[in-house]
Amino acid sequence: MAQIFHRSANFLARFSLLGAVVLGGLALTAVLVVARSPYITNERVSRNQPIQFSHKHHVGDEGIDCRYCHTSVESSAYAGIPPTRTCMNCHSVLFNNVGYLEPVRESYRTDQSIEWVKVHRLADYVYFNHSIHINKGIGCSSCHGSINQMPLVFQASPLTMSWCLDCHRNPQPNLRPRDQIFNMDWKAPADQEEAGKQLAAEYKLRTTTELTSCSTCHR
Amino acid sequence: MDAMSEHAKDKELRILQGAPQAASASGNHGDHEHEDHAEEDTLRDFTLDLATVREKLKEKSGKQYWRTLEELAGDPHFQDLLHREFPRHASEWDDAVDRRDFLKLMGASLAFAGLAGCGRPDESHIVPYVKQPDGMVLGKPNFYATAVPLGADAVGVLVESHEGRPTKIEGNPDHPSSLGSTDALVQASILNLYDPDRAPTVLENGEIRSWSAFLDAAQGLATAMKAQNGAGFRILTGTVTSPTLAWQLRKILAQYPLAKWHQWEPAAGEGAREGAKLAFGRIVNTVYAPGKANVILSLDSDFLASGPGHIAYAKQFARRRKLDGPNDTLNRLYVVEPTPSVTGSSADHRLPLRAGEIELFARALAGKLGLCSPVPLSGEAANWLDGVAKDLQKERGASLVVAGEYQPAAVHALAHAINATLGNVGTTLYYTDPVEAEPTNNLESLRELCADMDAGKVDLLLILGGNPLYDAPHDFDFTSKLKRVPTAIHLSPYYDETSVYCHWHVSESHYLETWSDARAYDGTATIIQPLIAPLYYSRSAHDVVAAFSDKPGLPAYDAVRAYWTEASARLDTSVEAGWRKWLNDGVVHGTKFAPIKPELKFSAISLPVFQPAPADQIEFIFRPDPNVYDGRFANNGWLQELPKPVTKLTWDNALLVSPKLAQKLELAHKIASRGGEHGQVRSTVVDVDLNGSKVTAAAWTLPGQAENSVVLPLGYGRTLAGSTGSNKGFNAYAVRTSNALWTASDGKITPTGDDYPLACTQYHFNMEGRQILSTGTLAEYRKNPAFAHEGGEAPAKDNSLYKEFEYKGYAWGMAIDLNKCNGCNACVVACQAENNIPVVGKDQVMRGREMHWIRIDRYYANSESATSGKATGDPAEYNPSLDNPQTFFQPVPCQQCENAPCEQVCPVGATVHSAEGLNDMVYNRCIGTRYCSNNCPYKVRRFNFLRFQDWDTPQLKLLRNPEVSVRSRGVMEKCTYCVQRINNGRIEAEKQSRPIRDGEIVTACESACPSEAIVFGNANDPNSRVAKLKAQQRNYSLLGELNARPRTTYLAAVRNPNAELEKA
Repeated sequence: MAQIFHRSANFLARFSLLGAVVLGGLALTAVLVVARSPYITNERVSRNQPIQFSHKHHVGDEGIDCRYCHTSVESSAYAGIPPTRTCMNCHSVLFNNVGYLEPVRESYRTDQSIEWVKVHRLADYVYFNHSIHINKGIGCSSCHGSINQMPLVFQASPLTMSWCLDCHRNPQPNLRPRDQIFNMDWKAPADQEEAGKQLAAEYKLRTTTELTSCSTCHR
Repeated sequence: MDAMSEHAKDKELRILQGAPQAASASGNHGDHEHEDHAEEDTLRDFTLDLATVREKLKEKSGKQYWRTLEELAGDPHFQDLLHREFPRHASEWDDAVDRRDFLKLMGASLAFAGLAGCGRPDESHIVPYVKQPDGMVLGKPNFYATAVPLGADAVGVLVESHEGRPTKIEGNPDHPSSLGSTDALVQASILNLYDPDRAPTVLENGEIRSWSAFLDAAQGLATAMKAQNGAGFRILTGTVTSPTLAWQLRKILAQYPLAKWHQWEPAAGEGAREGAKLAFGRIVNTVYAPGKANVILSLDSDFLASGPGHIAYAKQFARRRKLDGPNDTLNRLYVVEPTPSVTGSSADHRLPLRAGEIELFARALAGKLGLCSPVPLSGEAANWLDGVAKDLQKERGASLVVAGEYQPAAVHALAHAINATLGNVGTTLYYTDPVEAEPTNNLESLRELCADMDAGKVDLLLILGGNPLYDAPHDFDFTSKLKRVPTAIHLSPYYDETSVYCHWHVSESHYLETWSDARAYDGTATIIQPLIAPLYYSRSAHDVVAAFSDKPGLPAYDAVRAYWTEASARLDTSVEAGWRKWLNDGVVHGTKFAPIKPELKFSAISLPVFQPAPADQIEFIFRPDPNVYDGRFANNGWLQELPKPVTKLTWDNALLVSPKLAQKLELAHKIASRGGEHGQVRSTVVDVDLNGSKVTAAAWTLPGQAENSVVLPLGYGRTLAGSTGSNKGFNAYAVRTSNALWTASDGKITPTGDDYPLACTQYHFNMEGRQILSTGTLAEYRKNPAFAHEGGEAPAKDNSLYKEFEYKGYAWGMAIDLNKCNGCNACVVACQAENNIPVVGKDQVMRGREMHWIRIDRYYANSESATSGKATGDPAEYNPSLDNPQTFFQPVPCQQCENAPCEQVCPVGATVHSAEGLNDMVYNRCIGTRYCSNNCPYKVRRFNFLRFQDWDTPQLKLLRNPEVSVRSRGVMEKCTYCVQRINNGRIEAEKQSRPIRDGEIVTACESACPSEAIVFGNANDPNSRVAKLKAQQRNYSLLGELNARPRTTYLAAVRNPNAELEKA
């Protein structure tokens, strides 16, 4: 009886087995790459806000300190989004009849909150605390990027768990002196390796094992 | 099935198991409803037809929380729910589903879950304040001092508020009733605030009305009443301790001279008031100092767990159970009582006597002390009496006799006389003026009101709180009398049994929503301040009373301010000067009542001859339920699911009978096994004929119950409590009459031949008879301080395949002193509130699926041998012939093992160890294999078999602690040592670059515990409280021989029995 399959079918069979493995691997890689891509993480995606508030103008040009608006960043888990009243501190006098700011005045008049679109969004089971990072020498721009150059704020970091862990495993490259925390233009100095070590000791940073325990962030 | 249908026909109402009917659907006022075997029906009827699913969704909604059909129908979240019916349907899936359905479901769930997992996260919004309130730091809770009023006491509390949402109640250390701790009812009271079944608005004959419409109507009525000088105007309240409300009511009475104020508190006894009148010729309030007493005798008083001041008493008592070494001394507690209570379970000696025989015992004791001629006692009681009398006399001035709330006046008078003779007045107790604003004999007050209603003398009845139609004595026939009142106005949080028969119903504000004030058991007043604006269109009693005054519409705040402006003159301060401090501290300084010295005008000789009922006569006693109290907490899911301290029953009450009586009446428990767990107990159903009426109840055999005494717990069998509380258990009020308010005889118990499923957690998570409880006597402890270590001993540290991990920083640990724990349940509810733990419903409890992270195991020990060595561990196995076993309680949270067996078996690393020794549970990694739970020797892991958490009811979202993840279906969870509190405490300390101080981090259970039995801290710090306790010889690990090395350890219970009684 003649053979149904040509001899080359053997090769094809082996090749497709191998191909299946490779394809599977590629597919998995693709899924992982997509999951980490800005498409999913929303990294570098600017959001439309009810008022096109420019951090570039307020921080970069006017030099307003972060804490003028984000009042609880040093004391609480949340940095705090300013109440309308904070806007009105200045804008009741400055540009107080510009149409562009009508939503702010309306909010103040009607006692209805401005609904900002969230830019930095962590999963609900992550309990990030701003105050401890600020107090332990992590500056704003380490995670938020150069806010002073952003007309509309976008997420400058992937905010994935592996990104968090990179720093929790080795925080020293990101440690700054306390007076540089709110400096948006801070660049690690040439001797950061040495300085980081010193700062880690000064801030009494907890050990890597402690910083990477699950319950440090999840509860 | 047929037999069951027959059975169901006999009942006035038929309630599906685990599917309480909506409030409006059960307007039938039968005196008793009994759940029957419908459970199997629901299982069998279960099909995958989607139309049925909708029905089932509706039906089963009560299982998870108290959502009503009406709310679901009107709620946009419910629409959302319908759109996602498949995953939701899966959550309704019962064990009886066959393999094909299982596969269908799994396939669909996988597909839907897979789709849901794709895609980017939705855009979400940040909604900041327009004007942020002063003093608010976003993300940091504020604590406000206020008080929880209950009966003749108020417990001062600090309420945690997250951005204006009250989420958790803590004790107020500055308040005399709390001393920093709380109890289960106080902890659970916050759930009532968010109860979606609360009455939403003002109703007139069922029609929605505005508050101003009510004010207009009230003023119209007021004018009419004024014309007749108030004749026919009646006000009915519960016990009032609010000075402002009393002041307002008195003003009303002055305006309407012929009006009358009546009081009815169904679960407060008259004995104390009448006893004081008998002893002193006037009503006094007795304040105890159990901490100063070396010997305490309780005459049927549950002073450690109920009644005014019990939290403070439990704290003082537990401090005398502190045992740092063999040279320390313990106090001694004797309890004579008919039914096992928390206090009785903590006793060194407990004597079960029928409630009606307690008076005989008190007389006999008085006789022994020379107060009257000797009274002979028989049997064990006689022997017992000798020991007690000698012990009390030995400790003159440092002993204490406490009479129970439900005992008659004579017992209270005798207790006063005995305390006086023993020189205890002024040392272990003192007297003050009464705390109630208007001390009244409640029963006579209600009787008078009923007579007036019957005679048509009442034109306007104002019922401020309470539910008399449900809880008034059966023979008063309140319903028919209420029908004769032309205008009845009811203020209550729920549209309940009474509201239906009233013309107006005003929704009552929760204490967290209104200004008010209240007095504690020693007279200290607290201003009750609101933490949140009323969630519904509700009002307080102050508002309703003001509506009839010359200042209608006077806000509660103004009323409270006005009263204290007047009262502050007596306090030598001004309201302006004191107000902020009073609010901040949670007490009005200087309002504690001064001790008085009433003259004892009573002689035991003058008491009429007493003849107790014949020994073989069955006595029926009524007691408030430990969880739902008089019925007011019936719709509170936390309390319904909380295993009752002694019986460990949930979701039902049951007729409590002694083992001997059960044998005689051939009552049985059948432990049914479903889903691999033993939670369902089928109990014999009995008819109780008493006082001319009948109630059908499930009987529960309770060791320690006095032989011919049965208990009918009050507070159940409600028909209009709400979707959680309606139609649960049986209504004991249906057979309670005015001539036998607390103790009745001449009743009959007849088994009906049916049985009824009860959910009892006593059978869950048991440790298969291993040796886990260690108890001893003081004498044994002194002889061998290390007795707790006999038997299982932890192997040497290096006896492990795993490399030793060194905990260099903090090593969190917990020590639980079994000598102090009295099993009161405060920790269980505190944990539930702190950690967003769901309620699962009776059906799930019967499958052993309750979610409490900390459970309290109850152990019985044979009276003879209990005090030596270790008791047998299996709580399910008790010998019914034991009539008076010793009782021990053991709280069991996650043991946080250093060598945690659960961690080794998790395939996805969802439970791993932290560097500080916590056994972390990572919900977002958990895939629900349940291997960890299987491998846990302590059975402390809880699995979300279904989506137990209510994610749809908007009110409940406000309740959640934002610091703790809300878990979903398919996820394992367990005690975390309140890791959110650890992290927040650590962050604060780190910010200040200092180590965490001992006592800075307090777990929810530790903070609630009135007995200070739970201590949490850093075991690596030798000076911490927990390290010192762990260094004690009494300290032992559960199953130490397994080398799991639990971080939670126990200190063996040491009882202090009287050697003389032991010998006999």
